[in-house]
This record gives sequence, structure tokens and C-alpha cells, in this order.
Amino acid sequence: MKLPSLRDVAAETRLLLIGIPVLLWTMIPIYHMFLFAISPKEDAFSGKLWPDHPTLHNFEIVFKQQHYFLRDFYVQFWNSLVIAAAVGVLTLVIATAAAFSISRLRVPGGRIVMNLALFTYFIPAAFLAVPMYRTMGNYGLLNNHWSLILAMVTIASPYAIWVLKQASDKLPVELDEAAVMDGATTLQIFRLVYLPLMMPSLVAIGTYAVLLAWNEYLYAFLLLSNDREITLPVALGNFLAADDSPWELLMTTGFIYALPPAAIYYAFRRYMVGGLTAGAVKS
Amino acid sequence: MAITLSGDQSIPAPPLSSRLTPAQIWGIVLLAPYLLVFLAFVVYPVGYGLWLARAPSNYVALYHDPIFARAAVNTLIFLVIGINIKMVIALFLSGFFAQQRTWIKWLSVIFILPWAVPSIPTILSVRFMFNPEWGMVNHLIFSLTGDDGPNWLNDPTVALTMAIGVHIWKSLPFWTLILMTGRLAIAHDLFEAAEVDGASWWQKFRYITWPSLQTLYITCTLLSMIWTLGDFNSVYLLTGGGPADLTHVLSTLGIRYLRLDQLSLAMASIVCAIPFVLPLMYFMMKRLSR
Repeated sequence: MKLPSLRDVAAETRLLLIGIPVLLWTMIPIYHMFLFAISPKEDAFSGKLWPDHPTLHNFEIVFKQQHYFLRDFYVQFWNSLVIAAAVGVLTLVIATAAAFSISRLRVPGGRIVMNLALFTYFIPAAFLAVPMYRTMGNYGLLNNHWSLILAMVTIASPYAIWVLKQASDKLPVELDEAAVMDGATTLQIFRLVYLPLMMPSLVAIGTYAVLLAWNEYLYAFLLLSNDREITLPVALGNFLAADDSPWELLMTTGFIYALPPAAIYYAFRRYMVGGLTAGAVKS
Repeated sequence: MAITLSGDQSIPAPPLSSRLTPAQIWGIVLLAPYLLVFLAFVVYPVGYGLWLARAPSNYVALYHDPIFARAAVNTLIFLVIGINIKMVIALFLSGFFAQQRTWIKWLSVIFILPWAVPSIPTILSVRFMFNPEWGMVNHLIFSLTGDDGPNWLNDPTVALTMAIGVHIWKSLPFWTLILMTGRLAIAHDLFEAAEVDGASWWQKFRYITWPSLQTLYITCTLLSMIWTLGDFNSVYLLTGGGPADLTHVLSTLGIRYLRLDQLSLAMASIVCAIPFVLPLMYFMMKRLSR
């Protein structure tokens, strides 16, 4: 067995001196949230690093909706779920069709549409939120789930189209030509050649749109306001309205709310890292 | 047999359907859904918003509103100082995470968490941590020193700094990951050759890493600036713009005016940012559409 040299130990120590602060910095806010979720009220407010009596009681209160702030927990969870799923599906349909049209069919004006979409991608979301709120009012969609779904599709599509177009451009033209020679119609090429080859990018984009919608706070908070229409993040924000907010319940609900996106992210990490980060900024 | 759709005989153009191949017709049909979304939810709102902000009196009102001036300064601090600090840390950490170690691989999996979880619960968690009476930070300060800790979020400078901190906490993993991808794409034999020549880590960074990364780094910085202009959560959920409306940035200020039913002021405050944002947006669009 070879003993590590002094130089190796020094190098490892230097790395640890970076790694440990990074770990603490990353985990403290998340640990703090978890700590509140498993603490009874009196422990949560006493500043202990670990509760004397860890408990799942807070989760029980949330799941049984036994608090004024939580009386619509399941409805709001369902709203978040339906809206995220709808945004995922609609974004995929719209963006895949557009990317196929621009990249494979070379539709006239496709390049202009791509540039307009990219331009939209760079509008800061909070800036578009103000006129979007009034627009939805003019369309009569305020307090309707469609307002949030359509707003999120608007925000998710430009990036989706761009990533899918980049991916489609990489598919060889010969594929389409061969299919045409065999007498395939445009729709058959789309369904039988294009979609199967694009699957990894489609998974990445679907995940991206679902997470974007699930995590959205600002638009949800502007466009929806009835307690039974709002999504979970808006309900979490509403906890702050009271001075005596039950923090331990807020953190428990927040913890439950944060679990699905984290799980989805880690489940699709392979696609996300390849499909999104590489495409996010082209060097 | 071609059917002329147009009644106007003076234009000798053939009917649309015979000039386009079936593939092109499908192209238009498939592009139509996005175009509809774009017209209804981008063109209309933006046009409507600009129209609302047209009266010069709005800008006079903004000029006389001290909260607007403060928000503009805060936004500049957020972008110029906050983003640059974030990107330098991301550049540094991308080198750390590019090391081939099992424990660093595992750490990178954990490190991505802030980006993978929604920002609302984590920002509220930080907010509670710094609560002056019951927060964990002041409890720790009390048990270590016997003194009461500061009223963190009640000081506008500290509150804005913490909002920047929360923003960095949330988006640092994303940019680190991107820069790491850039680093891993640099040919490894360059470093090996430098190693043989006895180059120091600074020389390796200065003459190999930085020249390959600088375009990506600058693009990331500009992109992050544009997106950060739209970062509503970091400020709103941590400070709510307070104390005394001193920590607003342009994104929260627009929503504040909206809540006060001053829609044209809200739009005008955004229009004021356009001269700064538009060149950045144009530059980014050019870069990405190549």
C-alpha cells in the first residue's frame, strides 16, 4: 500500500477548504427548512440546531388540512399539478411543431420567427408581468387557470423552440430526403422519423417547462387570487400576511412543495444537463 | 385546375396554394400555434404597455418619486456588483468542480439543489433564519456572545446585501455548471504541456483557461444581468421592498405600482429600463441566433 505523499495531502486539504464552505452555504437554508418541518412549535422558535423531540406532527397537520392557512392544501396542490402538466404538454406541442417547421421544413420567414422568439426569451419576466396582468384582464381570463397556463407557455416556448431547433439542425437532411423518396408525407416524417430521434431533447424541454410552471410565483400571484384557484407557492406567500404565521407549518408545506421538482430534476438530470446547460449558452 | 382566390385581377401572381409546396403549407400550419401565442401574449401586452406609458407626465411623476430613484440605484448595485461577484465565484468554483474526485462529484450533486428546488420556501427559510427575535442566527449570536443580534432586515443596506446573497445562492449552481462545461471542453493536452513546462496554476489559468473561457464568461455575465433584472422573488420574498420601500429594485417596483393601481407608472418605470436592456437583448439575440 502506498502512503499519500505530503503534496497530495496538501492538495486534498486545499480542496476540502473550498468544499466544506460550499457544502455549508448550499445546505444551511435547506437544512433550516427541514429543521422547522420536523420541529414542534416550541423547538422551532428556540433556535436549536436539532429539535429535542423530532416529530412528523407538522406533516400530519398539513396532510389533514388542520390549520386555517392549510384548509385548501389539496386543492392548491392539485392546481399546481394541473397547471404544470398543462404547461408542459402545451409547450411541447407548440415548440416541437415550430422547431420542425423552422428547422426541417424551412418555412419562409422561419428565421424571423426564431429571432422574435429569442428576443422574447430575453425580456425580463417581471417586466412582462405588468402588461401581462392587464392583458389577461382584457381577455377576461383573470382568476382562471388558463391565464397562468398561457402566460407560462408564452415564457417557456421561446427557449423550448430554440433548444429544439438546435437539436433538429443536427439531424442529417438525408433522413428526410430518404423518407420522401419512400413516399412519406410530411406528417409521417414528423411522426415516424422526427419525433423518435428528438426524444431526449423533448424529455429535457418537457421537464424544463413543467419545473418552470411548478416553481413560478410572480405570475401565479398576479393572475390568480381566489383561495381555491391559487397554486401552492401563492398559498405559501399568503402565510406572510399574518403576524403570527405558523412558520413550522409554512416550512413543512414548503418542504412538501419543493420535493417533486427536486425529484424530477434528479430523475431527469442526465437529460437536463445534456439538453439544457449545453444549449443554454453556446460558446 | 387552379382556382383564383383573389378577386383582384390586376396582380398576376399565381394563387398561394400553387406557389407553396405541401411541405411549406405544413410548415405554416405548424408554426401558426406559436405565432398565435406570440401575437396574443407578447405583441399585444408589450404594445398595450407602451401605449399606457406614453404620457410624459408619468416620467415627471417618476422623476419626483424618491422610491423610483432608490430602486434604480439598487438595481444598478444588484446588477453591477452582485452579478460580477456571482460570476467570479462561479468561475472559481467551476475549476473546483472540474476536479476528478469522487467526493467532489457527490458534492456537485448536492450543490445543484438550490437551483433544483423552488425559490419560495428557501427564501422564506432564510428570512426566518434572520428574524431578529426568533431567528436561528440571532439565537446563535446570543448564546455565543450574550448580546442581542442586529435587526438584519431592518437596515436597508444589509437587507439589499442579503437579497443579493439569496439571489447568488439560488443561481450560482447554474452558472457554475455552465462554466464547468466550458472548462471541460478545453483540450486536456494543453494543461499537460503546461505542466511539463512547469507553469503555475495562475499561468495555466491566465494563458489557457481564460482565453478559452472568456467569450462564454462574458456571455453568461450579460445573460445573467438581463435575467436578474426580472428577479422578483429574491427581493420581494426576503424584504418585500422594505424597510420603508428602500430596497426595491425595478422588478418589484413595477409590481408595487401595479398593486397601488398606478399601472401607467408601473409601465413607465419599466420603459425607463429599456434603453439599457435593449442593447443587451439585441447582442444576446445576435449571439444565440448564429
